[in-house]
Amino acid sequence: MDKYSVFSARLVEQTEYMASGHRACQGCAEVLALRLVLKALGRDTIVAMSTGCMEIISSPLPLTSWNIPWIHNAFENSSAVVSGCESGMKAMMRKGKLAPKKINFVAMGGDGATADIGMGPLSGALERGHDMIYVCYDNEAYMNTGIQRSSSTPYGASTTTSPAGKASIGQQTRKKNMPQIAVAHNVPYVATACPSFPFDLMEKVKRAAEIPGPAYLHILSVCPTGWRIPPDEAIRYGRLAVDTCMFPLYEVVDGKYRLTYRPNPVLPLKEYLSGQGRYRHLTEKDHEKIESMMKSDYEKIVKLSDEV
Amino acid sequence: MGSGRKGVEVSIAMADAVAQADVDVIAAYPITPQTHIVEHLADIVADGELDAEFVPVDSEHSAMSVCCGSAAVGARTFTSTSSQGLALMSEIFFITAAMRLPVVMALANRSLSSPLSIWNDHSDVMMVRDAGWIHIFIENGQEAYDAIFNSFRIAEDPDVMLPVAVNMDGFILTHMIEPVEYVDNELVKKYIPEFKMKNALHPDCPISMGCFGMPEIYTETQMNREVGVVNSYPVIIKAWEEWGQLTGRHYHPVETYLSDDAEYCIVTMGSFGETAMEVADMLREEGEKVGVVKIRLWRPFPLDEFRKAVLGKKGLIVIDRAISFGGPGGPVASEVRSALYNKKGAPVVVNYVAGLAGRDVSRKDFRNIILEGKKKAESGDTEGFTLYGVRG
Repeated sequence: MDKYSVFSARLVEQTEYMASGHRACQGCAEVLALRLVLKALGRDTIVAMSTGCMEIISSPLPLTSWNIPWIHNAFENSSAVVSGCESGMKAMMRKGKLAPKKINFVAMGGDGATADIGMGPLSGALERGHDMIYVCYDNEAYMNTGIQRSSSTPYGASTTTSPAGKASIGQQTRKKNMPQIAVAHNVPYVATACPSFPFDLMEKVKRAAEIPGPAYLHILSVCPTGWRIPPDEAIRYGRLAVDTCMFPLYEVVDGKYRLTYRPNPVLPLKEYLSGQGRYRHLTEKDHEKIESMMKSDYEKIVKLSDEV
Repeated sequence: MGSGRKGVEVSIAMADAVAQADVDVIAAYPITPQTHIVEHLADIVADGELDAEFVPVDSEHSAMSVCCGSAAVGARTFTSTSSQGLALMSEIFFITAAMRLPVVMALANRSLSSPLSIWNDHSDVMMVRDAGWIHIFIENGQEAYDAIFNSFRIAEDPDVMLPVAVNMDGFILTHMIEPVEYVDNELVKKYIPEFKMKNALHPDCPISMGCFGMPEIYTETQMNREVGVVNSYPVIIKAWEEWGQLTGRHYHPVETYLSDDAEYCIVTMGSFGETAMEVADMLREEGEKVGVVKIRLWRPFPLDEFRKAVLGKKGLIVIDRAISFGGPGGPVASEVRSALYNKKGAPVVVNYVAGLAGRDVSRKDFRNIILEGKKKAESGDTEGFTLYGVRG
């Protein structure tokens, strides 16, 4: 069954590699994304994880939620650590010190670990061409330390270090485009995903694992705590992000773009923005500005996908 | 490579030793003066003489991170750095020891910026003194070559499982051409058999490494690290003993020269030791009862051996190669003073800091330091330290 695309919940891997009982917030879509990623990867996987929400909730000594080999080292270096795991095992298998086996080497980090502090190590690992997957769980701020802005926080969002006030709209800069930065490394596979679209997500993880060389996955992970929405709304907001074209789902295989989901109909952006506490200070005019930014970003992706 | 005596640059000899140790992964980032080591390793790998992954990383921070990943899967792992590189990787340097990952590093000691300087002193290593690594100081090319084998043997011992840094003075040692006696590969294989890590990351045995510790458990993890470093001591001694049996070259945590009947001893670490011995010879001819005590093992600190070597002497003249700004003395002198405090027969300790950023410390300078230091000791002027030869 592994060779076919899965479109039925019943056919999804039953084994849980991320045990329940972890300490994630209610409604955390990031840990849901993580659970789906691990189901798609299977047991023969080694994960190196950056410091952050997923690390903290899953590994308080002497407990662990991980049913696969897992290593946490520091905040910014999961991509370098996984480079080491891959290089070490590759060398040992080649030299006959270790039985040959196909193993998925996966680095994971939040948007701060990816777009800010770990950008250098990630760029280095992608450029060196390790057979690895990097997964960015993007919840659009430093949620673990208390909702501080990152370079992945979208324009207009209020965070504790980009607070909205009389003299500020909140986050004054535009969201750093990490998938495009990954594409610029000429890696064979880059994709965006969201756990509100679980089959699309798992299929992309499987493809990333199959393709030799580095792959980059950027997963929008709704954070009810940081986005200031009710915990039971996380899945809906993930869908809204995609259906309003705020977060397009696409993949780039060997430089060729393909939108894997085209919203029909496209929902008004207001539906996505208005219910979130982090955007509640925005005016109609602000919404229009954000919409025009969003449209120009989305059209670029559409154009690149249509060119294929 | 072949065994036998060769005239070779010390960096090259060290790289050859790493290749003979059959490492699996080398993570390398260029920084003077360690560069020749990894350049030569790159050559060896490119020529197919060593089957290893040479990972040319994006920074020293990533170098140490790659080493952690590689050692965590049970691969034999080597890296090398200096100065700013060590400063940049220092975050991961500490984690490597805490996670008990047996990485071996050649640390070509170099001063820290600023002002920028590529030359030698010990300010870089002193910055990471308390990380939980094993630190060995060497003083010539033969020792550099031998220390690589000793270090893998110690680091990978199941009772140790700690990273080891081989400290050598940048340029003063790294760039010298010296005669080095190579051992044959069969001897190496016997001395350091294939590394089989007990708890390596592998899908067949899923474990979690690097978990976080709440206050209820953090203290215990630090005790574990402390016990690990202390317990490495007998393993280090045994590793050196066996090396001595195999090669005839014997190493000890504290080494002495003309110290048995000496009234005053010079205490050094690293390449200063060679000059100190020559100067001791000179002063002996002048009738001065002077000896040399060299600290080879910096961590774990060989308290008993050190005390044994110096208790009963009149005075010690400790020559440091780093400053602890605003502190009671150089790092070595502080250690020495605290090792002797409240001990019966403890010599007085006079401290000099010399040779910062590669400033030459000649035999004449050593002579001055010893004679002046002796006077200070006799007059009770033993507080703090003197920065030798400083102008202005």
